[in-house]
Amino acid sequence: MALNIPQASEQALAGSVPGPGTEIGENAKKIEGRSPWRLATQRLLHDKASMISLGVIVFIILIAIFAPVVAAITGHGPDQQFYAPIGLNANGQPLAPSSHFWMGTDTLGRDILVRIAYGARISLIVGVLASVISVGTGAIVGLAAGYFGGVTDTLLARLMDWLLAIPFLLLAISLVTVIGPGLVVLLIVIGFLGWASVGRIIRGQVLSIREKEYIEAARSLGAGPWRIMFIDILPNVIAPIIVYMSLLIPVSIVAEASLSFLGVGIPPPTPDWGSMIADSQSVFEYGAWWYLVFPSLALLITTLAFNIFGDGVRDAFDPRGGMYV
Amino acid sequence: MARFLLRRIFQGIIVLWLITVGVFAIFFIGPGAKQVPRVLAGKDATPQIIAEVTNRLQLNRPIWEQYWHFVWLLLHGNLGYSFYHGESVNSVLKAAFPITLSLVIGAAIIWVVLGVLSGVLSAVRSRSASDRIVTGVALFFYSMPTFVLGLLLLLIFYYELTIHGIHAFPATYIPFGQSPSGWFRSLILPWFTLALVSAATYTRLTRGSMLDVMNEDYIRTARAKGLSERRVIFRHSLRAALTPIVTQFGLDVGILLGGAVITEVVFSMPGLGYTAVYSISQQDLPVIIGVVILASAAVVVANIVVDAFYAVLDPRVRLH
Repeated sequence: MALNIPQASEQALAGSVPGPGTEIGENAKKIEGRSPWRLATQRLLHDKASMISLGVIVFIILIAIFAPVVAAITGHGPDQQFYAPIGLNANGQPLAPSSHFWMGTDTLGRDILVRIAYGARISLIVGVLASVISVGTGAIVGLAAGYFGGVTDTLLARLMDWLLAIPFLLLAISLVTVIGPGLVVLLIVIGFLGWASVGRIIRGQVLSIREKEYIEAARSLGAGPWRIMFIDILPNVIAPIIVYMSLLIPVSIVAEASLSFLGVGIPPPTPDWGSMIADSQSVFEYGAWWYLVFPSLALLITTLAFNIFGDGVRDAFDPRGGMYV
Repeated sequence: MARFLLRRIFQGIIVLWLITVGVFAIFFIGPGAKQVPRVLAGKDATPQIIAEVTNRLQLNRPIWEQYWHFVWLLLHGNLGYSFYHGESVNSVLKAAFPITLSLVIGAAIIWVVLGVLSGVLSAVRSRSASDRIVTGVALFFYSMPTFVLGLLLLLIFYYELTIHGIHAFPATYIPFGQSPSGWFRSLILPWFTLALVSAATYTRLTRGSMLDVMNEDYIRTARAKGLSERRVIFRHSLRAALTPIVTQFGLDVGILLGGAVITEVVFSMPGLGYTAVYSISQQDLPVIIGVVILASAAVVVANIVVDAFYAVLDPRVRLH
């Protein structure tokens, strides 16, 4: 695997190698003279699926930002409980979707729609920030390991192996149990999840770039290790960093929801999709499908949109499509 | 090869050792060491009783002494005893592992067949309508969190059917010894939950890998020789495209054998993952360490097997 990566990346960075099935011919002349960056963005802009999913992502972000507006329209606060007979039926069970509660109510008689809107905040914040932590750490460690080589490389590579061998969910649950649940803990724990795999990829790339003539040139001009790492090498691994970033966001969102589902995520009563889905199990037997279905749909649409967009970003940067399957 | 194996096994042992140190540290830094005796002693326990329980569990000894005690037992193949049930961790793991194993094996068969076949179909008919459908469905399940799929299946195939008087699938795990047919039926939903979520990765992987391989010259040669399309696809292309799939499969099975946490929790199957989650909530350190060691060992072994297999499959790979 490691052998293939540098090869693929060079082609991705050159940006002009047509993939299988890509039509050359009449377009060949036009392509000349455009930077790989412009090519990538243009490919992305012309990809319908990516643009639609980008639209969905923007919509979800707007919902998260304007969650109070959703609450105002429905007239129900996110933590506001409506007792029987308004928000619960006579037996204290949740109410099905109606003109009053568009997505029904939950076990405590709260409006599910409003809670889904607020829940988007946690999902997006954790999804994006945890991915930034993962990719940032992975990039720095990968750069250091690949550039310095020797003992540093061996130690860092072993550390990454070690982290990849730890069962993530168990580690995450243990840490949260010890430190106590909360947003920051979730960010750190999930940020921890991704960086080792990113680090490995970046390290592989740096190993091949390190041997290039322009690095030798920089060194002979007197550039220090920091300058070489961040000014000369980093721009050349930025494409995989961006791709990884976009592919990691949905993974982080699912990780957050899974931890909340297991009861070690954001503590109640903060609205959160994973906790809502976990909570819905208690009213399955009353046939309260809406409590499971609507938060699940919200989660699924979000991860789907990010995955389609991530695929689009990957294809835009690496049209050959062999690199980060 | 022998040197490679020895080196990797040695490194694996170091990794496992570091992980036990890590788990010990987490337990002692956190509330675990204080919480356990208090819970065990009961609500109205006096400080003396708590002290006595602490003493009996040897939780008042220095950490390094407890750690040494743990390592000493481990070297004799004993993982210690659960704080709560007095049961040996070995027997806890022995009871939980077969459940995880039957879940993972069944799911693995389904996901490999589904994933590889759909991936091949998708690659062979690249850019056709069936390719688009397969790719779309794969992306859908790829984006599906395991617990969402599990709960949706449970809602539809257990609760909705039960409301209509059909009892096709039990809601909880039934041991094989109790009723083989019940065991099978109780595993169908968990199998498909785990398999559908995983198959999507294999569809994507197989498609990508096949598309790469099918551009190779020797595929053209094979076609030019007049071989049947089926032979070209399965004998020449798929075989060469299989390497990344085998890698992924080894790692996935390795990770899941340590506990398919989410699936087990959704379907209340007392496998390794469920046991681990439960022990973590109780801070039952010996059981946590037992599961974590087993789970990490599975990952380490899977890594070694995959690397060794790589060398067998591809003579260009040199192990050192």
